[in-house]
Amino acid sequence: MWENNSSRMGFRDGLPIGIGYTAIAFTVGFFSVTSGLNWLEAFLISALNLTSAGQIAAIPIIAVGGSLLELALTQIVINSRYALMSISLSQRLGENVRLRDRFLIAFFNTDEIFAVVCGKNSILGRKYLFSIVVFPYLGWSLGTLLGALLGGVLPSLLTGALAVAIYAMFIAIITPAAREHLATTLCVALSIAAAFAFAYVPALKNVPDGIVIVVVTVVLSTVFALIAPISEHDPWEEEEEA
Amino acid sequence: MSRPLYFILALVMTAGLTYLIRLLPLLFVRRRIKNEFLKSFLYYVPYVVLSVMAFPAILLSTEHIAAGIAAALVCVFLAYMRRGLITCMIGSVTAALICELIYLLI
Repeated sequence: MWENNSSRMGFRDGLPIGIGYTAIAFTVGFFSVTSGLNWLEAFLISALNLTSAGQIAAIPIIAVGGSLLELALTQIVINSRYALMSISLSQRLGENVRLRDRFLIAFFNTDEIFAVVCGKNSILGRKYLFSIVVFPYLGWSLGTLLGALLGGVLPSLLTGALAVAIYAMFIAIITPAAREHLATTLCVALSIAAAFAFAYVPALKNVPDGIVIVVVTVVLSTVFALIAPISEHDPWEEEEEA
Repeated sequence: MSRPLYFILALVMTAGLTYLIRLLPLLFVRRRIKNEFLKSFLYYVPYVVLSVMAFPAILLSTEHIAAGIAAALVCVFLAYMRRGLITCMIGSVTAALICELIYLLI
């Protein structure tokens, strides 16, 4: 494998992610404000967390002053996927990536940045890694700030339509995998069914959102890991093996 | 607990946990995971999390539920046809917007 250490390629690969992040972050900023946070709180959460799913789960909890334990559990379960991505990423780092560089790279390991850098089929140099993260980071934090400040100015028709963007991103990540792998299809279908049950069944609908995510994720991931283990290949490495 | 103190605690905790989850494997794991159960568990996690977070939220995020349903359908269709993340986002936002505009006109 060749080593990619070009900062120009990094900025180029980061630009579309940055544009997408700006749009999504705008809705996250507006979502934060409508949940009850102020613009500074919204901005700080985005600037320091840099994660869509974790923040969307955390914001309503923080806004109502919810339990810190529930908040911690939510973050650990929702963000546990990053552990796998970081493990995968660690296999691809070039020799010029020093130990102290890893402290910085770890902060920017989002789903989309991970998907792009690991789809590259190359060893990743520090210049490439440090440049690909710039536009996504700026887009995410400044987009949140803009959404928090200006979201209320837009007509509700437009903000409602924009609000679907973040969920569209989740669906766009799920669907291709569910299409390829029957167990994943089933797992996604059961997850959605469980989500609807916790939203509408009277006995279940008072369970806090964070707890729902934790419980459904741990239960279904365990069940599927047992009945349909991933053994043929490491799914995160498909691009590398192709 | 005062509101600013609660917020700072919550902020440090979410940011700190998210960072540690990303950092620790990068620092300590140099070899590939061999444990099949752990590998499989970690494989399913993102799909369950994202499914639970996307539904039914996408249907309820718009003014009218029909707009949310249209957005979800368009997004699933585009993603199934292997369109990129940005195309899926633009497609579903457009679908929701068109639906809301129709409601506005009728």
